[in-house]
Amino acid sequence: MAARRIPADRDPIRPTSDEPITVMVDGTPVAGVRGQTIAGVLLGSGTLAWRITSAGQKPRGVFCGIGVCFDCLIVVDGQRDVRACQRRAVDGAVVETQHDPLPGAHND
Amino acid sequence: MDVVIVGAGIVGAATARSLSRRGINVTVVERGRAVSGTSSSGEGNLLLSDKGPGSELLLAQYASDLWPTVTAELADELGPAFPSIEFDRKGGLVVSTTVDGAAPLLAFAMSQREAGVDARAIDPADAFALEPDLNPAITAAVYYPEDAQVQPVIATEALLASARLSGTRVILDSPITGGIVNTDGALVGVRIGEREVRADAVIVAAGPWSGEVSALLGANLPVRPRRGMILVTTRMAHRIFHKVYDADYVGAVGSSDAALQTSSVVESTEAGTVLIGSSRQQIGFDSRLQVEVLRELAAKALRLFPFLTTASVMRTYGGFRPFMPDHLPVIGQDPRLPGLWHATGHEGAGIGLSLATGDLLADLLLGTETAVDADPFSPARSSLAAHLSPVATSGAAF
Repeated sequence: MAARRIPADRDPIRPTSDEPITVMVDGTPVAGVRGQTIAGVLLGSGTLAWRITSAGQKPRGVFCGIGVCFDCLIVVDGQRDVRACQRRAVDGAVVETQHDPLPGAHND
Repeated sequence: MDVVIVGAGIVGAATARSLSRRGINVTVVERGRAVSGTSSSGEGNLLLSDKGPGSELLLAQYASDLWPTVTAELADELGPAFPSIEFDRKGGLVVSTTVDGAAPLLAFAMSQREAGVDARAIDPADAFALEPDLNPAITAAVYYPEDAQVQPVIATEALLASARLSGTRVILDSPITGGIVNTDGALVGVRIGEREVRADAVIVAAGPWSGEVSALLGANLPVRPRRGMILVTTRMAHRIFHKVYDADYVGAVGSSDAALQTSSVVESTEAGTVLIGSSRQQIGFDSRLQVEVLRELAAKALRLFPFLTTASVMRTYGGFRPFMPDHLPVIGQDPRLPGLWHATGHEGAGIGLSLATGDLLADLLLGTETAVDADPFSPARSSLAAHLSPVATSGAAF
């Protein structure tokens, strides 16, 4: 799958001019436009996966895209478990990829 | 001997395994997919901690002895390609969160100890050693090292797979449409539309739907659905190490109230999600989302583990427990209709009790000695008599 963004002047839903924003993803600035979700910004920058599974170390990004599957979890401004597909990107947001190793055995 | 078992949940699966390993020809008939009802709607609890002295506790203690053995047998029979049933004797910790709740909890634990349960009253300080993130306001704690869990879906599939290896036949997607009654008035099989499956005995193991199934076969049974819901958090590093629940849970389990009751039961799964229960409601098979139930579950969980206030809830699930008016499972032969047997009514304890139920039925069918007294579970027990309607003696209705 290749991510592509419709130019604003050809967007039938909201034909306005793009307002650029920048979010920091693991310390690297990534450009997007106002109105995109975090997932939208990431996909638009060509990133398809930003999480790996704990057991199989398999890549994960957007699966359902509608907030149900919790596959696209990411840390936004220090808050973990944010669904990237549901969170609107804000200029200057600090985004970190989230990885949860399998918890260790319990302690008794 | 040929036996039909109606229902491919964990009780049907465990019974099929027990019977077929004893040489009985078993056919399991399931209206949908295996493990599609109550067995896949809970937490997989194998609890002694919530049971007071009595026949259900004896059955649970018997089951508790069986689980490690059967777990090893299943692993051996099914090989490494079959997923683990995740049997884990992680232990339970029951705490009182109120001043008034402390004495009843400790008295209950003492009665359990006299009945052979490992129920250790511990100081709150020792409770924090077991669960460092527990609310410091708890007033009493009892530790139950014997409490355990399994992954109930995998366990059911494993029991079914094992039963198949011993010759059990499984017919899925086949709702029964009636019973076959012979001229002597005995039930001798089931109909699935045009198809007939003949048997010497028909065991209804359809969980909360057993009332419907039993009525279809000619005899009513007062089993009713009791709804429960569970919240699931996103994954986190383990901070909850046992099954931790509020002492008022025991009262909720034992009550007959149809109105909503919630009592906090919190535990981590291996993958790091936290499961937050529990609720009990009698509202038929209404499965619509009820936010007020979820709100109560969330609020009460914070009384046990305040750190959960920042946890994210990822989803909810739930289902229907098979509730009996006299709070005992029904295991054995129906006194009204020869050939009709029951294996249901375990309410929220069916996962744990399934193995014992299957073994009990095998002994009852074959006339061998049972490991625990089966009379208290008999459909002919006096506490059920008022709920059982007479059965027409003629088979003409079928």
